[in-house]
Amino acid sequence: MAAEVILEVRDLVKHFPLTTGIVFKKQIGAIKAVDGVSFDLHKGETLGIVGESGCGKSTLAKVLMALERPTSGSVKIKGREIAHARGGELKAMRRNIQMVMQDPYTSLNPRMTVGDIIGEPYDIHTEVAPKGDRRKRVQELLELVGLNPDHINRYPHQFSGGQRQRIGIARGLALQPEIIVCDEPVSALDVSIQAQVINLLEKLQNELGLAYIFIAHDLSVVRHISDRVGVMYLGKMVELGKDVEIYDKPAHPYTQALLSAVPVPDPEGREQRERIILQGDPPSPANPPSGCRFRTRCWKAQEICAEQEPLLQIRPGTAHESACHFAETHDVVHVN
Amino acid sequence: MAKTKNDLLPSEGGFGNEPLLAVDNLHVEFHTRAGVVKAVNGVSYSLSAGETLAVLGESGSGKSVTAQAIMGILDMPPAVIPKGEVRFRGTDLLRLSEDARTQVRGQRIAMIFQDALSSLNPVFTVGWQISEMFRVHRGMSKRDAMKKAVELMERVRIPAAKQRVNDYPHQFSGGMRQRIMIAMAIALDPEVLIADEPTTALDVTVQAQIMELLADLQRESNMGLILITHDLGVVADVADKIAVMYGGRIVENAPVHDIYKAPAHPYTKGLLESIPRVDLKGQELYAIKGLPPNLLDMPSGCAFNPRCPYRQDNCVTDVPPLHEISGVRSSACHYWREVLDGS
Repeated sequence: MAAEVILEVRDLVKHFPLTTGIVFKKQIGAIKAVDGVSFDLHKGETLGIVGESGCGKSTLAKVLMALERPTSGSVKIKGREIAHARGGELKAMRRNIQMVMQDPYTSLNPRMTVGDIIGEPYDIHTEVAPKGDRRKRVQELLELVGLNPDHINRYPHQFSGGQRQRIGIARGLALQPEIIVCDEPVSALDVSIQAQVINLLEKLQNELGLAYIFIAHDLSVVRHISDRVGVMYLGKMVELGKDVEIYDKPAHPYTQALLSAVPVPDPEGREQRERIILQGDPPSPANPPSGCRFRTRCWKAQEICAEQEPLLQIRPGTAHESACHFAETHDVVHVN
Repeated sequence: MAKTKNDLLPSEGGFGNEPLLAVDNLHVEFHTRAGVVKAVNGVSYSLSAGETLAVLGESGSGKSVTAQAIMGILDMPPAVIPKGEVRFRGTDLLRLSEDARTQVRGQRIAMIFQDALSSLNPVFTVGWQISEMFRVHRGMSKRDAMKKAVELMERVRIPAAKQRVNDYPHQFSGGMRQRIMIAMAIALDPEVLIADEPTTALDVTVQAQIMELLADLQRESNMGLILITHDLGVVADVADKIAVMYGGRIVENAPVHDIYKAPAHPYTKGLLESIPRVDLKGQELYAIKGLPPNLLDMPSGCAFNPRCPYRQDNCVTDVPPLHEISGVRSSACHYWREVLDGS
């Protein structure tokens, strides 16, 4: 993709300290939530991030938004470092990166009207919309996300889950950002409503040229919306590539296991479909295995996997990056 | 009470063509301050031994309430069952005394729930909670019951069961907790297992482990399994037949292969077209317009009519009956022929 890079993440690390003692705190270890993640996001594209709970995908979202400060590494928006920005500089940069949360039931203040919720960003960034203009702006936003502009004085409880998620999206759009981080934006919604919200996100992307970081655990949804996909495991990016590369030619054993576990809504050939059932649970991020973090559950693991950490790079026989010493593409999703 | 407990209990077999479990024209209402909520409006389905029935529906469709009525765990009041039968081996459970009901619940029909952490008691060890089944229902000694608990934990493939039997629920991961719930449910070899969204809170790799475990257990003991879910993918993987629910009714009943090949109800068709798939990169998703119905204020006629692309005038006035399409299929749509031809 030739488009301009608007978000550049390099060797991003976020450790949460584990302490002991009440008065005299002593650090006894760290939860390695994100441990060396690098990627680029281009203008107007969608990068999907998938992984199981505890893999660090939501921590990654928070660090990108500068809601958490990284332990090390850098996050650059249009070449400017956000990770260590402070005060006015941070405020100005945040205009360009906004977030849509998972749960539309708890992420909207029940005591504020919809107009106040969507218009609140204008209180902080007064330069975007002059005071007299705000109501009109908010109504335009409501219309843009498919809600009735006359409902501006209603409260969140008067809306359904899908409509509330639209309000959350309108709030994210208020400052006309170029990047939106969506953290599980549809997983709290009913199946028939999910499609409405996904279509809305795609429509807005086409109209406004937005770039999305789309974080989700549902691999089918991520495939549908993403141009490129990154797979995370225990704080590391294990595979990164275009959607067809990841879904039709996965090279990392974890990606293959993950994809084979996704149920396909078609009973034809269900007996022939390949299932890789992983044993056990992911290890604790406080004490990850040496070398490759997936080796404790991997059927390809050899001695080298414990000694040497595989880097995320293009491997022989594959066209995209994967972090496995024995990377080999293998289609697990389609039945022959 | 004139009868003894055992007379009231359905006996093994000997009911000819009667299926293992049959729900017949079940109605459930909740009497609330805001009005009468008609959660289930005439649901019928049946289950044979060794069979997997998937009950598919969105939140508020009445799929869980139906299951709770079968189990007899509805809070009554506010719930009321004005009409209907739940026949287990030919005996209507709704007419049994509470004592007799207790004999069925947990022993012959068992249930697992979505959220294993809140379904387990945090202050007792898992071994104690599993062995409770044997102490209460079978009158076993503590020591024997504990031995049984370890056996069960091994059966649901919890590693190092002997060491972990004295651990508390919070010491287990989500998938392991769900295995403990399953161990408790299968402890007394039930003939019917109802699984209410058993994998919704779990990651896909763990979901695959749990579904495989359930399938193995079902094969070993020939249980009938009712799987309540909203996930069309899980259904396609494991079900033999499907009942699709919408607004407290069954809108389509069919063997699993038929429904995915050619749905006969506009709601089922819309659902199938609206889900993204991991094996295909589609164009824009079809979105069912509008919202699920408000159970306090149901639309007249067919509950799906405000969202339906096939709507005609009579859909607003007449409630469509469940039309029989073939011996094993039915659809509650006036225009099922058009829907079937169009798919």
